Amino acid sequence: MKIHEYQAKELLRSYKVAVPRGGAARIPEEAERIAAELGGRVVIKAQIHAGGRGKGGGIKVAENAQEAGQMARQIIGMNLVTHQTGPEGQKVKLVWVEAASEVTREFYLGITLDRAQGKLVVMASQEGGVEIEEVAAHSPEKILRETVEPDVGLQPFQAMRLAFGLGLKDKAVRQAASLIVNLYQAYVAIDCSLAEINPLALTRQGEIMALDAKIDLDDNALFRHADLLALRDTDEEEELEMEASKYRLNYIKLKGTIGCMVNGAGLAMATMDIIKLAGAEPANFLDVGGGANAETVENGFRILLSDPSVKAILINIFGGIVRCDRVAEGVIQARKNLKVQVPVVVRLAGTNAELAGQMLEQSGLSFAVGKGLKDAAEKVVTASRQSK
Amino acid sequence: MSVLIDENTKVLVQGLTGREGSFHAQQMKEYGTSIVGGVTPLKGGQEVDGVPVFNTVRDAVAATGASASIIFVPPAFAADSIIEAADAGLELVVCISEGIPVADMVKVRQYLQPRSTRLIGPNCPGVISPGKSKMGIMPGFIHRPGRVGVISRSGTLTYEVVGQLSERGIGQSTCIGIGGDPIIGTQFLDAIKLFKQDPDTDAVVMIGEIGGSAEEEAAAYIRRGYDKPVIGFIAGRTAPPGRRMGHAGAIIAEGKGTADDKITALKKAGIRVCESPAEIGERVAEAVS
Repeated sequence: MKIHEYQAKELLRSYKVAVPRGGAARIPEEAERIAAELGGRVVIKAQIHAGGRGKGGGIKVAENAQEAGQMARQIIGMNLVTHQTGPEGQKVKLVWVEAASEVTREFYLGITLDRAQGKLVVMASQEGGVEIEEVAAHSPEKILRETVEPDVGLQPFQAMRLAFGLGLKDKAVRQAASLIVNLYQAYVAIDCSLAEINPLALTRQGEIMALDAKIDLDDNALFRHADLLALRDTDEEEELEMEASKYRLNYIKLKGTIGCMVNGAGLAMATMDIIKLAGAEPANFLDVGGGANAETVENGFRILLSDPSVKAILINIFGGIVRCDRVAEGVIQARKNLKVQVPVVVRLAGTNAELAGQMLEQSGLSFAVGKGLKDAAEKVVTASRQSK
Repeated sequence: MSVLIDENTKVLVQGLTGREGSFHAQQMKEYGTSIVGGVTPLKGGQEVDGVPVFNTVRDAVAATGASASIIFVPPAFAADSIIEAADAGLELVVCISEGIPVADMVKVRQYLQPRSTRLIGPNCPGVISPGKSKMGIMPGFIHRPGRVGVISRSGTLTYEVVGQLSERGIGQSTCIGIGGDPIIGTQFLDAIKLFKQDPDTDAVVMIGEIGGSAEEEAAAYIRRGYDKPVIGFIAGRTAPPGRRMGHAGAIIAEGKGTADDKITALKKAGIRVCESPAEIGERVAEAVS
């Protein structure tokens, strides 16, 4: 689960990670009031999940409270387009107003899982404030890494080594090291899957401070953090994806025209791939899961049909524990209950596939039946071209 | 022969008294798996369809001589179950449970490192040596005994591939579903090594997907010399970066773990990479003919 910068900063503050003083505002007047309280220069930051906000005009500096109010007025309600939002952008509902810092140096600090080792890794770099992916790609030696041994956790000497590696001196070394340890403690305590501070700043006053904060939480661990569930912002989620999650369907909207419904994530990806090989683009990823039945299939249909860009539907189910006749029942039922105006190609294999085929044939409804993966993909692509 | 399991493997079911556990225990028994006991704390002494239930894995091992266990417990308790199985000295643990927190798996992995217990999964369909034994949730009837090994990160896509093989009369020595999570007990590399040592496996099918670098690591090993043909497929060419495609591990993060990167690495290692998931059976047939 992704959370906003202001939520991340408030969380981190409670773990003694130094962040600038600030507050969140939903209306310009509130932003102005916060700026007046903070006094002096402030930064107004649009709160959306996507990165690249600065370049899109979502981050502005104000010299005084009045100016802060004006800038908040421009940002709140704007449709912010960044390289991560896609061309449709994301509407800004809230800004974070914080005291501006006089920065002398910017660093990168991040914690995530190193999958190959199965251990957490803390990364730091002198190349802060820029896209860290670029640094990683072009000069990986500029990223310092400390692997955390699960038995003992991140050790103070490791944090210190990173701080020295950043070229810090005197009290800034101690400050940076303790910030790193505190960030690690927050990471573990709230079950993050990613924690990034970019930039981590050294201010003119010699303080080390997190000027930005990006935290992703491990969805699988949310059951033990009931308090963190409140941080979910459903406005950031695709409407159909949310609807699908209510039915325990795993749906991701894509840009193509072929709606597909598949059981299992791997097979769903493979089905998307073969649609592309057949000359079209998938409209979505939809995994109806291992326990697909008539009801899940009908719900899946409903989701696919609410996407206006879908020109044809491919259902690909490999029955294991799931019986194909049950799936066929669902397909027939959905076809009767819902107004399905686009062509539907069905490919069922595995348990009771033959019986399911007979049921579809005898239903009197028009289905194209795919014999195997390739045939099904070709049929649905052809059908999509004939459909309006 | 086969790898990991055969007709002599004595299997415990952790979580036998649950809905999933009891259903799949029955299915496995019907396939011919030797299910010798179940484990559910506080339900020791009961029976489920004639299978005795024990309070702890240690009790179950002492009473039955089991060497393997399959886990069907809710994700919040699954890490504990894996560690308990390893603590009791089991050789093989297959964890089906989906949704285990990553932090729990970091600890599990650390615990298992110095021990000889092999973990398959979590979040996997399990292992089957066709005609001998099934420790998993896959439909047994689509498999045929034979000489091709299958390794895969996914469930139904594996069934698809096995279906294509069996349809052509190509049987399987063992099929291993290694699981779709970021941290799993047995990687492609480990499984590739197992099949290398099996005299009754003639060729290996490796079905990968986007995310991580496990396919690349296996490819690097194969590149240094592997005396059996390997046929590969990578799912997720059309997946957008930053979106998790169902499996917790299937995400293109920071531009790494893309299907194209993996396909390039596999090809360099001499692996016959299938462009389409529909041609895997055909390509295996060419390789073993």
